Amino acid sequence: MKIKIIPLILLTVGLVFSCKKETKKESNVNSEKKEITKDSITTEKKYGDLKVLNFEELKPYLTKEDNKTHVVNFWATWCKPCVEELPAFEKIHRENKANNVEVLLVSLDFPNEIESHLIPFIKNNGLEPEVIMLDDPDQNKWINGVDKSWSGAIPATIIYNKNKRTFFERSFTYDELTQELQQFIN
Amino acid sequence: MKALKSIFVLAIVAVTVAFTTKAKDAYQIGDKVDNFTLKNIDGKMVSLNDYKDQQGVIVVFTCNHCPYSKMYEDRIIALDKKYKSKGYPVVAINPNDPAVSQGDDFDSMKERAKSKGFTFPYLFDDGQKVFPKFGATRTPHVFILKNEKKNFVLSYIGAIDDNARDASSANELYVENAVDDLLAGKSPRKTETKAIGCSIKVAK
Repeated sequence: MKIKIIPLILLTVGLVFSCKKETKKESNVNSEKKEITKDSITTEKKYGDLKVLNFEELKPYLTKEDNKTHVVNFWATWCKPCVEELPAFEKIHRENKANNVEVLLVSLDFPNEIESHLIPFIKNNGLEPEVIMLDDPDQNKWINGVDKSWSGAIPATIIYNKNKRTFFERSFTYDELTQELQQFIN
Repeated sequence: MKALKSIFVLAIVAVTVAFTTKAKDAYQIGDKVDNFTLKNIDGKMVSLNDYKDQQGVIVVFTCNHCPYSKMYEDRIIALDKKYKSKGYPVVAINPNDPAVSQGDDFDSMKERAKSKGFTFPYLFDDGQKVFPKFGATRTPHVFILKNEKKNFVLSYIGAIDDNARDASSANELYVENAVDDLLAGKSPRKTETKAIGCSIKVAK
């Protein structure tokens, strides 16, 4: 029983922490709104285990040095070609677990549409790969941080492991994605 | 087997060359921009050369459907209002193929411009010949052209400012800064910036 409580506490602390961070960023927008989000963990709970990170916090996910091949897809619910290619990413996620492949979906949805668009989308589509939301307004800085060749158009994808890294500013079909992935897992 | 291999190698070379030339062909900062002629929402043709009596032109690739384009519409109108009188009018171009980008057809462009009260031409890149020459990849994507002795020279590529979601929270007004610098006879303090946007939709 005790063991079960610990992660719960950690989760709560984590939620409060991330909640504070979010309000910090919007500090000069609306102080009234700030009070509401700060106090109510209930609002945060609706996010489930969705992480909302700035670029510095996201960076470790783009530079893991483990034995896995990571497929990181930048998308948003408002981006039609992104939504169209999601099934391909889900499929390679399902099919390549044994190959040590991990898919991460980095959402660039708008923070005020998390509850109205992003969360329902994740639920309705039963998205299996982990979804992290990137909320960092200084795009001119972090787009180059993702890849110098990226213009900022989405969808965009990084495939990387310890030995190799490729960035793609394009859409993928399942076959195209599998083909690129083969170069990493062989 | 050997033949197969060489075909494979050739294919790779061909693809690489195709991609490299494509990137090289797009205008770089300092390049002279060719004239283009596109249809405006009022049915009349508009050419870059029509602006030869201006200091320059703020070319904005934008569209109807993209949420980032929508977020910037009011700011694009404000740019035109502020800089048209100073000799840097806005020319907006929709680069999307309406067959693959719902809501970006010519009639919808007319409606959008009317409802938002666009003060500038909103041209349709019919056949998608113009945007690749600029190397535009997303909407909105801004290209500032400076008129140098009747030649339009590319002087800035990138975003409008550094905060798409909230104009009042923007710290750097990239386009305004660049045009102000050009009007002062200087090079723009920043010539290239980046922002998230919708990919330009091309027929499959």
